[in-house]
Amino acid sequence: MFELLGIPPQALFGQVLLGLINGSFYAILSLGLAVIFGLLNIINFTHGAQYMMGAFVAWMCLNYLGINYWAALLLAPLIVGIVGVLIERFLISRLAHLDHLYGLLLTFGLALIIQGLFRNNYGSSGLPYQIPPQLAGGHNLGFMFLPNYRAWVVIASLVICLATWFVIEKTRLGAYLRAATENPTLTQAFGINVPLLVTLTYGFGVALAAFAGVLAAPIYSVNPNMGADLIIVVFAVVVIGGMGSIMGAIVTGFGLGLIEGVTKVFYPEASATVIFIIMVLVLLVKPAGLFGRPA
Amino acid sequence: MLTEATGAAALASAVKPLLAVRGLEAWYGESHVLHGIDFDVAPGEVVTLLGRNGAGKTTTLKSIIGIMGKRKGSVSFDGTETINLPSRAIARLGIGFVPEERGIYSSLNVEENLLLPPQVKPGGLSLDQIFELFPNLKERLKSQGTKLSGGEQQMLAIGRILRTGANLLLLDEPTEGLAPVIIDQIGRTIAKLKREGFTIILVEQNFRFAATVADRHYVVEQGKVVDMIPNEALERNIDKLHGYLGV
Ligand SMILES: Nc1ncnc2c1ncn2[C@@H]1O[C@H](COP(=O)(O)OP(=O)(O)O)[C@@H](O)[C@H]1O
Ligand SMILES: [Mg+2]
Repeated sequence: MFELLGIPPQALFGQVLLGLINGSFYAILSLGLAVIFGLLNIINFTHGAQYMMGAFVAWMCLNYLGINYWAALLLAPLIVGIVGVLIERFLISRLAHLDHLYGLLLTFGLALIIQGLFRNNYGSSGLPYQIPPQLAGGHNLGFMFLPNYRAWVVIASLVICLATWFVIEKTRLGAYLRAATENPTLTQAFGINVPLLVTLTYGFGVALAAFAGVLAAPIYSVNPNMGADLIIVVFAVVVIGGMGSIMGAIVTGFGLGLIEGVTKVFYPEASATVIFIIMVLVLLVKPAGLFGRPA
Repeated sequence: MLTEATGAAALASAVKPLLAVRGLEAWYGESHVLHGIDFDVAPGEVVTLLGRNGAGKTTTLKSIIGIMGKRKGSVSFDGTETINLPSRAIARLGIGFVPEERGIYSSLNVEENLLLPPQVKPGGLSLDQIFELFPNLKERLKSQGTKLSGGEQQMLAIGRILRTGANLLLLDEPTEGLAPVIIDQIGRTIAKLKREGFTIILVEQNFRFAATVADRHYVVEQGKVVDMIPNEALERNIDKLHGYLGV
């Protein structure tokens, strides 16, 4: 078969797939961050911990209650989302009238507490989570071997991201959200319950993170630090895409995952830093991000 | 009995007011801008708030709808005291608000802007009735809200609260910056809404326009209502009014 710049196609497509997988997680997580930032104006530093909680809830469901992967895919976002709703109602909302810096500090502190609690109880060596039997194995596509579970992760996150985009941009509920994001005071003066929208939006953003956590559980081991490691890159993705753009978050997430994968093929030394280099370049040229509107 | 109640003022005092404002005070942060506003609006009346720039007319409307951070005194709507209610609860009693800056959302298209305020009471206008009042809107439904001309944005801002069933409308300078033909159209619309039974508080700088639609005029000065002039007495009081408005 053909070779590209001396790179065997198996290696190239393998890394492209890996890039797409990483991109899937970047996209769901940065989408959740963008949704939350739009309405609450805070950067949710607890996001990584909530992703980790999603994976842990799936693991607990399986190991303590015998609840399988598919049910956990619904249950974990629901449970972690409800925890998010409580966090917003009882903690974040109390800081709403203060500088946004306080919200950032609060969510950062919460992330440390949550990660500490899980590390205390489960150690940091990581717990295994089996790929669901329906998705075990893979297909040989000729130019590469495609594991079924990885294909599923890419498809599931694409569907979730596009569905979220559709709800926000094309539905009545989405119009409420956009209105409350743009002018909360006036929206409230029309009789719309903006504080409730804020709470539910936070819960939804958190549920997205937990969903990503469940998707990740069979790929990476379930580990209290899994979110902390990932979220740094996701913040860079959000900075590149620009806060507050839904489609921007999705496109940037998948795109940067791909760029990272391809870099690993052609110049592996830079693969860990390429996203941060892009971040610096974007900040220099377009400080509001590729899809962001300047404030 | 009825023969005595000729003037609008007498009529207003004879019926139970739909809105009664008493000793209303309001603050922007530390700055105290309303110092005890008092006035009444009877059901079905069109009442204006006149006064110089900075007198407190906009702040009065914002206080009635509940979006001033700090306010005190009494605002009673249809028998309900609203001074401690959040704005979303006040809106749901049946008050529709058209802000001075019009408040058209740029992230919503015209149709979404129009459908945004929830119905709070039965008896609102249908979309067809709104398009009858403002035919321009019908042709621009899919345009971004803020791509409309100033006049069309004002029509959209008025149109969207007519759907909700609100029976008290707060209109803050709806004619500001608009061409004379559009001002005429908005004047006719206000007259028509009055005939259909809406109660309206209109903030205006342009008292020539106000005189064509209003029953009574309240004059606001430095955060207080200092005078009330029935519309039929406007011509007689024109010098006094010029004094108030500084024109
Ligand atoms: N957002 C604000 N912050 C601080 N002061 C304000 C603000 N808006 C208006 N004011 C002040 O409140 C007073 C009343 O303003 P306003 O109600 O807008 O007057 P009007 O509508 O009669 O022109 C003015 O002195 C104005 O400077
Ligand atoms: Mg004003």
